[in-house]
Amino acid sequence: MIELDIQKKLLSAQGEFNLDVQLRIEQGEFITLFGESGAGKTTLLRSLAGLVAPDGGSIRVNGDVWFDGKTGATLPPQLRRASYMFQDYALFPNMSVRGNLEFALRPGAKRQRIDELIEMMGLGEMQQRKPDTLSGGQKQRVALARALAAEPRLLLLDEPFSALDHATRVRLQDEVLRLQRHYGLTTVMVSHDISEVYKLSQRVVVLEHGRITQQGSPAEIFRAGSGSGKFSFAGEVLAIETADVVFAVTLLVGNQIVRVIATADEAAHLQQGDRVMLMSKAFNPVLVAVT
Amino acid sequence: MSYDLQPLFLTFKLAAITTLILCLIGIPFAYWMAHTRVRIKPVLEALVSMPLVLPPSVLGFYLLLAFSPQSWFGHFFETVIGLKLAFSFEGLVIASVIFSFPFLVHPVQSGFQSLPASLTEAAYTLGKSRWQTFVRVLLPNIKPSLLAGVVLSFAHTIGEFGVVMMIGGNLPGETKVAAIAIYDEVESLNYDAANFYALVLFSICFVILLTVYLLNRKMLMKVG
Repeated sequence: MIELDIQKKLLSAQGEFNLDVQLRIEQGEFITLFGESGAGKTTLLRSLAGLVAPDGGSIRVNGDVWFDGKTGATLPPQLRRASYMFQDYALFPNMSVRGNLEFALRPGAKRQRIDELIEMMGLGEMQQRKPDTLSGGQKQRVALARALAAEPRLLLLDEPFSALDHATRVRLQDEVLRLQRHYGLTTVMVSHDISEVYKLSQRVVVLEHGRITQQGSPAEIFRAGSGSGKFSFAGEVLAIETADVVFAVTLLVGNQIVRVIATADEAAHLQQGDRVMLMSKAFNPVLVAVT
Repeated sequence: MSYDLQPLFLTFKLAAITTLILCLIGIPFAYWMAHTRVRIKPVLEALVSMPLVLPPSVLGFYLLLAFSPQSWFGHFFETVIGLKLAFSFEGLVIASVIFSFPFLVHPVQSGFQSLPASLTEAAYTLGKSRWQTFVRVLLPNIKPSLLAGVVLSFAHTIGEFGVVMMIGGNLPGETKVAAIAIYDEVESLNYDAANFYALVLFSICFVILLTVYLLNRKMLMKVG
C-alpha cells in the first residue's frame, strides 16, 4: 500500500500553483491520474519514481519511507523498484531489444524471465534489432517488457499510448491489462484519454491545478451524460454488456460517455474499441460500425 | 638520404599521451558541464574555449611564467613532484592538455547534452547506479562525439606550434616535435628534410580525419 501526501510548487503556462495531493493506493490496484496537461500528473508520477523531489510531505510504501520532507530522507530511484515507462519510451539506442531487457534484470535474476517476456510480448522476431529500427507500437512493447523485466513493485506509466495509432493502442491496452493482472502489479498511469482510462483503470483520480477534485471508478467519474436532442456522432465502443435480449453499449462520444441500447444484431458486429456512428432513428439510437 | 625520425616519434608520443590525459579529465568534465547548473558555468565555458581564440603565444607566455622555477607552480612541481616543467616534455604535455582541452570537451559536452534525460532516468529506475548508467548507457550513445573529440584533440596536438615554441624550445628528443623540426630545417635551408616532415604530418593528419568522417558516416547510417 502506498500512502502519499506531497506538496510541490509548480510552474505552468497559467503561472505558479501548488501541487498538493493526498492519496492512498492499494496493493495491486490500477489507478489513473486524469486531468488536463499541466495539472501536475506527471510531477506526481515522477515523485513516486524518485525522479523529482517534492518540497514537502511524505511518501510511504508498505511502511518504508520513500520520501520524508521533514527529515529530508529520500530513497533514490535505484532502490524503489518502481519501473517508469516514459512517453518517449527511453529505450537505450546502443542495445538490442534483448539487450534492453537484459540491462533491466536485477542482479542475480534468472535470464529465463527475459525469454518469458519476449515470448509473452511477441518480441521474438525483433529481439536482435536496435530500437531505432522499430515502429512506435513495437518500441512501446519493448518499453513495457523492459519495465517488467526489472521485477518492479510499482509500475508507472506516463501517457503510454499517446503516440500510437488507434488499432495499436487498443491492442497494447489489452496487453498492459493482461500483464498487470498477471503480475498483480500496483500500477499508476497518467492519461487524458477517456476511453483508455475507462478500459484500464479500477480507480480514477482527477487532478485539477495540482489538487484532487474527484476520485472513483471510471463509471462514477465519467457518468453517462444525457443524450442530445439531435444527434449523429462518431464514437468509440468502451464496453458491451448483455441485458436479457438487448445489449447495453457504453460509448465515448467526444469527451462524454454515453450508454445506448443495441440489438443483438448490432452488437454482434461490435467489439470493444471499435469506432461507430451513433444516430437517432425514431426513438432508438442506432449504432453503425465504421471502418 | 635518411632523416631523423625522432621529431615524428616525439610528436605522436606527445599527442597520444595528451589525448589519453584529456580523455581521463575531459570526459568527466564534459559530463559535469553538460548537467551542472552552477552560476559560474558561463565563466567556465569561456575559459575552456579560450585556447580556440587566443594566440598560442599568449598561452605559451603565461605557461612559461608559471613553469619557471621562480613561480609557486613551477617551484611546487620541481621540489615536490620532482619535475622540471619549462623546456621539458612533461611541460609540453601539460601545455598541450590545456591547449587541446576545448577540442575534446566541446563535442563530448554537446553529445551528452543531446541525449534525452529520460535515458538516464530510465536506467536509474531500473536500479542502475550513476557509474553503470554512465558507462553502459551514456558513453556508448555518444560514440560519434567521443570519436570526434579524441581525434580532434589528437590532431590538434600534432599541429601545435606556437605553444611548443614558447615553452618547449628545440631540444632534440625532449621538446623538438615535428612542427618545430620543420621550422628548424627551413631556417637552415634544409628544404628536403622540411618537406619530409611536412609530408608525413600532412598524410597522417589527412588519413586520420578521413577515417573519422568515414566511420561517422557509417555510424550515422546505422542509426538512420
